[in-house]
Order: sequence, then C-alpha cells, then structure tokens
Amino acid sequence: MSNLMQEVTEKAMALGVPLAVQVDLTYRCNERCVHCYLDHHDHGEMTTTEIKHLLDEMAEAGVFILTFSGGEIFLRKDFFELLEYARQLKFCVKLKTNAVLIREREARRIRELGVESIQVSIYSHRPEVHDAITLIPGSLQRSVEAIRFLKSQGLKVIIANVLMIQNRQDYPAVRALAAELGVECTLDPTVTPMMDGNRSTVSLGVGHSALREVFRDSSLVGDVDEFCAIPAKADETGLEAIPCSASHTACYVSPYGDVFPCVQFPIPTGNVRRQPFVDIWRHSEQMNEVRSIRVKDLTTCTHCSHGSSCTRCPGLAYMEGNMRGPSSQDCEKSFARTGIPSANMLAKKLAAPNLIQIQVAQVQPPPLRPLPTMATATV
Amino acid sequence: MSRLYVARNPRVAARSLDGEMMIMSGRDSTLFTLNRTATILWQAADGATPLDEIVEHKICPEFDVEPAVALHDAEALARELAGHEILQVSEQPIPPRNAPSGESR
Repeated sequence: MSNLMQEVTEKAMALGVPLAVQVDLTYRCNERCVHCYLDHHDHGEMTTTEIKHLLDEMAEAGVFILTFSGGEIFLRKDFFELLEYARQLKFCVKLKTNAVLIREREARRIRELGVESIQVSIYSHRPEVHDAITLIPGSLQRSVEAIRFLKSQGLKVIIANVLMIQNRQDYPAVRALAAELGVECTLDPTVTPMMDGNRSTVSLGVGHSALREVFRDSSLVGDVDEFCAIPAKADETGLEAIPCSASHTACYVSPYGDVFPCVQFPIPTGNVRRQPFVDIWRHSEQMNEVRSIRVKDLTTCTHCSHGSSCTRCPGLAYMEGNMRGPSSQDCEKSFARTGIPSANMLAKKLAAPNLIQIQVAQVQPPPLRPLPTMATATV
Repeated sequence: MSRLYVARNPRVAARSLDGEMMIMSGRDSTLFTLNRTATILWQAADGATPLDEIVEHKICPEFDVEPAVALHDAEALARELAGHEILQVSEQPIPPRNAPSGESR
C-alpha cells in the first residue's frame, strides 16, 4: 500500500468511513470451480433499481473503491448499466471476473467507462488443469483471449491464481503467462470454506510442504530470510492494532442485499433492502462488535509468537466458530513460513497428543541474525 | 487576457473525505488528495464557469487572499492538475462528455 493510500485509509478509519466495498452482483456463474465458496442459485438478487439505490447510498457514505464481483458479473444483463451508473457516481471501480464473456466490444466499453482494474481468475497455464478446475472445457482459452482484449484497450489486468492441490506445480508458469500478457499476477494459497459453513472445499488447499516451498520462492516473497524470519512477539502497539480492515474501512454486500464485514466474514449485520446502508455500517451491533476487537482481545493468538506477523483472517476464524479465535489455515501458513508452530497448534497438540505430534526445538537467541528454521516439526 | 475554463476529467474516480477530494487517476491509478483550495476548484470545474469567476466567487470568500494572487495560484494549480489528467484546461468552454459524468460527492 502506498504511503498516501495508507494515510487516506487511516483518515477514513478515524472518521468511520467505509472506503472500500465489494458488491457481489450475482452468485450465478458460468463456471463451476471445484473450490468455489458460493452456491450458484439465484435466491432473489437485487434489481437494477435496488442496486442503483445502494450505489447512491454508498457514494453518500463516502465509499470510494467499489469492487463488482460475483458469481460472474457479466451474467447480469444490466451489468453495463450498473457500471456506467457507478462511474457517474465517481467510484473507483474494480472488477473481478472469469472474463469468459469479455470480447472486444465488452473490453472497449470497460475502457470507455474508466474501470480501474480487472481481476481475472486463472488457475493454470494448462487447459487440462484450468478447465478441470472450472469444469468448463475451453474456459482457459476464453479467459486468456479476454485478457488480450482488455490489454489491447490499455486496461490494468490482474491474474488471480489460487493455489490448490490440482495446480500446485503451475504457479510459476502462470506467472510467466502473466508476464507474457503484460499483466500482474497474484497468488493466493488459501482455499476458503463455503459461505454456508461447509468446509469440504478447504481440503483442496495445498499441504504444509507445498506451502513451505512457496514461501521460500524468492520470486514470490523477495528476501526469503526476511520473509521467513522468526517473528517478534507483538509489542504494545501491535496488541492495540486492529486485526484487519473488515468493518473498519471495508465491507461486503451480497446480491441479496445482505451486508457483511467482508466477503470472507459471513456474519450478517443487516440488509440494505430493509435499512439504509449507512445505518448498517454505523449502527449494526455485529458490525460494531467486529469493530471493537483488537489484537489484545484475541484468544490464543495474543500469546502466539506469530502475533506480529500472522496473516490471521478474522472471517476464517469466525467460520471456525470464534471471531476472536485463531484461524487454523493462517496458523498453518505461519508455521510453513517460519517453522515455528502457532500457539493454537501447540494447544491442539496438548489437547490431542496422540493425534498431532509437533516437536518443538529449543529456540536459542540467534547469534547474528534470525535463521529461517529454528524449530523443526513433524505433523 | 483570455479566460481559462476548467473541467473535471470524467475518467478519474473521486470522492470527498472530510472535505478534501481523493482522486484516482484514470491514466495510471495514481492516487491524489487535494487540499481544501484545490477541492473547491475541482468541485467548481464544470467546464462552463471561467476560472476567474470560480476564484472570485468560490475561493476568495473562503480565504483571506488578494483576487489577483488567488487567480495566479489557481491557474498554476489548474495546469498542474491538467498535467496529471485530473482536470482539463481550455481557453474555450469545455462541453460535458457523454460518459461517465456526474458530480462527485
């Protein structure tokens, strides 16, 4: 994040302004990705008029960065009408799409409307892998063609690559594909549970050894020693910090008008069909509860050695049963990164010593500089 | 001396945060924040009102400043913002573009 963006974010937080909101326009989709966290039926999407009214309210509330996502946004017949309306309201609009329905005409219209960026999901450079994840034959070819159309319009495109068992070897080639296309590429090693709490998708995520390998790829993380260094415990400032931006400067609205702190944090806080957006943002009991949490309030994590560097997601913790608790997937990431088990992992070991075996080496103060693997573990 | 007209570039994204504009460039996604004076200029930049009138009616009443000095500064500011493609500057009135348009809040 740039310094100015950081400054703006801090100011928005102090003022209680929802700087960034993701609106899912639909959960319908033309792909059937094996790891998707959504069900794709239409349970009564907001109408064009309702979404325009929501956009009016959000502009009034100070929302600046608006992400349209789904489902597949281009399945909404009114998509360009909504996009045009959003741009008339001067939102900085970002799109998330599989891009299968973007051809030259759509790319041109997106450019004319001044969209800031388009994030396209690409799982592999190999059609047999990508298409086996989307379950749509030919989808990789369509998505890559769309990226070329978007690039030819001078638009900023970001490939989003989710790391899974099926494609764990492919991320370097996806990054090479992105470089060839002249676009950015992000890699997400977390497969999330479904929004209804079903955790079956989580098993598609890669295991410890693959995570460990990814976190030691200098082309991804830069300085590996620094990235994988033994973490410092959270200091007083760290303990007073907020866990993430959800409900502080960001939130999420579903196609049915339900407002959540984040797309990955499905605690209902209100519905814009029944209440003004700003009332939910400011006064929802649940939104304010999330907002009240500081790192020092977290159970287990407060005392964890990863406190200062963990990517703990409060939404994932909530889906595990406690928004103040640990997120096991992030514990696993911290462990893979540093070789140090999290407090949560150690607690689980104590609770079930016959099921999980973690051997913790004595950690001595490093002689000159932190070493990346001061502890060994076998799970 | 010819008059200058200024218009908001419709390609940017913009929102007011505590009375100051955040502007995201449509060219390269660079973020700018405008101070209160620049924000007044931005909000009044409708392409039809000459810059000297904006200065006289919108800026001078807000700040204790000589009109000639204010106009000189406003011209420099407008040209700087035009350099970042945030504003358009012309010696003729600037007609509104078809899309996207609208006032920023």
